[in-house]
Amino acid sequence: MTRLEDLVAAIAALQRADLERWIGEALVSPQREGEAVVFSDMDCARVRLLCTLRYDLEIDHDALAVVMSLTDQLYDARRKLRALSAAVARQDAAVRDAILAALPPVEDAAP
Amino acid sequence: MKDPYETLGVTKTATDKEIRDAFKKLTRKLHPDLHPGDKTAEEKFKAISVAYDLLGDKEKRRRFDAGEIDASGAERPPEQPSGRFYRDYADAPGAGWGREGGHAAQDGFASREEFEAFLNQMFGGAGGGQRARAGFAAPGADMSYTLSVSFLDAANGAQRTIMLPDGKGLKVTIPEGAEDGQTLRLKGQGGPGYDGGPPGDAYITLRVEPHAFFRRRDDDIHLELPVTLREAVLGAKIEAPTIAGPVTLTVPKGSNTGATLRLRGRGVRNRRTGQRGHQFVTLKVVLPTTDEPALAAFLEGWRPAAPQDPRREMLK
Repeated sequence: MTRLEDLVAAIAALQRADLERWIGEALVSPQREGEAVVFSDMDCARVRLLCTLRYDLEIDHDALAVVMSLTDQLYDARRKLRALSAAVARQDAAVRDAILAALPPVEDAAP
Repeated sequence: MKDPYETLGVTKTATDKEIRDAFKKLTRKLHPDLHPGDKTAEEKFKAISVAYDLLGDKEKRRRFDAGEIDASGAERPPEQPSGRFYRDYADAPGAGWGREGGHAAQDGFASREEFEAFLNQMFGGAGGGQRARAGFAAPGADMSYTLSVSFLDAANGAQRTIMLPDGKGLKVTIPEGAEDGQTLRLKGQGGPGYDGGPPGDAYITLRVEPHAFFRRRDDDIHLELPVTLREAVLGAKIEAPTIAGPVTLTVPKGSNTGATLRLRGRGVRNRRTGQRGHQFVTLKVVLPTTDEPALAAFLEGWRPAAPQDPRREMLK
């Protein structure tokens, strides 16, 4: 776990006021330990992504929330698809073939 | 270590703004968190981060240009520690703050090439999940296109050329019996590989346009065909359109609207079995569109042998 102060110190570009604003808008959700606000490794990685978007790509604050919402939806969809893929992979060949037959086909084009 | 100017795609005389703009552009294109399906994004992004760390800092750039430090001379390692991108958590198999608690997909569908291709496409994997080899070599990006195809071109097969953004033409053979939503893969026709890596693939998704009067269901063609009152009552040999041109069709005596005739083997050729489907012709009796006094006069005097009430069931 990383304390808020340590995270601000670790990322040169990060402004404390921005980080507090992001917490306020639930763009990142650290935990509280008594008085301290602490970030998991995953939270830290998310803050680094927020920094890249905000400072390197200069995405303005309102658009940042849109980008994060879409990003979250993308990862959510990927996890669902991965779970679905795993479930399909566990089925018998006949079931997999039936699912395959129901999907739009992909085939190599003739030269 | 590659020349940082080359990595960012700028000249040695580039202004600070040009360097910053190049870094921004590459970050948008390559940041791993924004491209979770691109396995090569992390290495590429790290390379541009290192380059920008050097060139984005006036003093470091001056010392690099003066030969005081080399391309690996970033004294401070980039802030992104290895393996700590957000996607490493959010996209990890079975990890993340997953409500789904998904399991790793593994190589579950590898037994069937199409399924693998489908999944590769879903996950944007470059060339069947090959990892980038040492250095920067990596397969090129897969490209996706949508191609509108006329109903008859899809049914009979056709050759088409897609114009790519770079002006290059990409020849596509639409197979006989192509289906709406079907995807064709053109191996090696995607983006160029990186540093000697193989090119990506092009995926062409077909959108089949509807036809004015043919409808398709699997390998069969369905058609509503108007016939005159005379043809319906007396029977006739008439011409009917098929996907391969007109054929002669025998309308039996006393054919009603809704009667369906089958033209055997006049449907779409099945790509797996090589057999053609059928064409089903549903007749629709049409009355003359102009005044026919003789017909009216005949009906005035006509007494049916068996009086008919076609609405009886409806009015019970």
